[in-house]
Amino acid sequence: MSSNTVISARDLSLTFQTGDGPVHALKDVSLEVEKGDFVSFIGPSGCGKTTFLRCMADLEHPTGGSLTVNGASAEEARKSRAYGYVFQAAGLYPWRTIGGNIRLPLEIMGYARDDQEARVKRVLELVDLAGFERKYPWQLSGGMQQRASIARALAFDADLLLMDEPFGALDEIVRDHLNEQLLHLWDRTNKTICFVTHSIPEAVYLSTKIVVMSPRPGRITDVIESTLPRVRPLDIRETPEFLDIAHRVREGLRAGHSDDL
Amino acid sequence: MMRNLLPVLTIVATLLALWYAAAVALNAQWERDQAARAGETLTLPALITDTWSQDKPKLPAPHQVAVEIWNTTGAMVLEGRGFSKRSLFYHSWITFSATALGFVLGTALGVALAIGIVYNRTMDMSVMPWVIASQTIPILAIAPMIIVVLNAVGISGLLPKAMISMYLSFFPVVVGMVKGLRSPTPMQLDQMRTWNASASQTFWRLRLPSSLPYLFTSLKVGMAASLVGAIVGELPTGAVAGLGARLLAGSYYGQTIQIWSALIMAATLAAVLVGLIGLIQRITLKRMGMA
Repeated sequence: MSSNTVISARDLSLTFQTGDGPVHALKDVSLEVEKGDFVSFIGPSGCGKTTFLRCMADLEHPTGGSLTVNGASAEEARKSRAYGYVFQAAGLYPWRTIGGNIRLPLEIMGYARDDQEARVKRVLELVDLAGFERKYPWQLSGGMQQRASIARALAFDADLLLMDEPFGALDEIVRDHLNEQLLHLWDRTNKTICFVTHSIPEAVYLSTKIVVMSPRPGRITDVIESTLPRVRPLDIRETPEFLDIAHRVREGLRAGHSDDL
Repeated sequence: MMRNLLPVLTIVATLLALWYAAAVALNAQWERDQAARAGETLTLPALITDTWSQDKPKLPAPHQVAVEIWNTTGAMVLEGRGFSKRSLFYHSWITFSATALGFVLGTALGVALAIGIVYNRTMDMSVMPWVIASQTIPILAIAPMIIVVLNAVGISGLLPKAMISMYLSFFPVVVGMVKGLRSPTPMQLDQMRTWNASASQTFWRLRLPSSLPYLFTSLKVGMAASLVGAIVGELPTGAVAGLGARLLAGSYYGQTIQIWSALIMAATLAAVLVGLIGLIQRITLKRMGMA
């Protein structure tokens, strides 16, 4: 494990005890995420990708194996605010302006007032929402709200970004646009991003590494290192290289399902 | 608002018409007895006008009540006796002060209990049944006990009545606030955890603002309950002052018009107070984006 490793999971397991018997949400999951990686987790529902992300965020507690974030436990990472988490819904507070919503984590973490103002301005520019500070969430479209939510996750300069299907509720056109923006942002800020999705094109387009997972029990079927260049225009989705990787992802997904068929 | 005016006026007019008709029906027996004793026959127009102007009618007509209210409010203010002991303003003020104090105490108690229930597992499991049980005991039975006990300890006047108001108004606040404080979604609470927010930060920045719509609804119910409590509290003490006292005095001396005027005044007071809370609710929630 090099000093460049941000997340290291070794035989990570999480079993939920339910009335119907144990549910193996994660079983022996091992993965290393290096600094600056853009890792996508893809798989059908129930494969454990969200559970894995939540374990990294210390929102779930594994029942077996080990998980370190920035070399320390997930709980310490959460307490030191080492990551920003973006949920599937924007979750902005209607009683605060966009600026107020972005300031919320900064207020909680105790940043000075001027610092807060400067940061809000900066991250709004990063997500292309400059000038929207005084607007209220209900005045923004779904895509803009989600961008504001991403801005909020960027405000306190965490080096790690955990995103749980952030564009899942948006339409294709807005999604394409936001994918492009996210990639651009990643290039500019050099953060490590873990991204859960169940869209194959999105996973292949965005990532440097694609982790294919399958359910029952939740496990990693394949880890694909992407050969695509770092700078990617949207047209790259029609190149043969892209389609090859997408094919490999699809094979991985099918393999995970083969016990059902 | 203008859209609502015509239907509301129609209903008010209908109610008044029904009231007048009922007054004739209920007061007619006495008129017939009077006529029989005097050996006269009663024509319908005479019956109607007489039933609407009796001294101690079974059911006073609306204009009789209106005149009585005017005599004890407006007319007294014009004479400079606005706060004399016979003025309805004076009595309303007495009842209002007990209501207001009881309402404030009840809200404070309700919010405190709600916070305890939401944040403490023991309280969550044990307090609610007691709170509900407390409301099933008839207030008319407890009120005299509370007043006598407090008087014995030397506390009299405003506070015992406020205690009864508090007793009735804290319940809706507890129920509403528990629901409101628990209204944030698991996702929003997880979001707070990812920022490592303390319980106090989560309370002030998420739970409390989210609970305001529920709080206002509870406050409206609590205000009405508080007024009832204040009036009930005025009944046992041998009726000295307040709208409840006025109701009681009227019933002792058979002054039905006095009873009705106190009744209408109490209803008006309730409408004004609840309407005030409604106004504050609308302004606040609008500024919060209907939080």
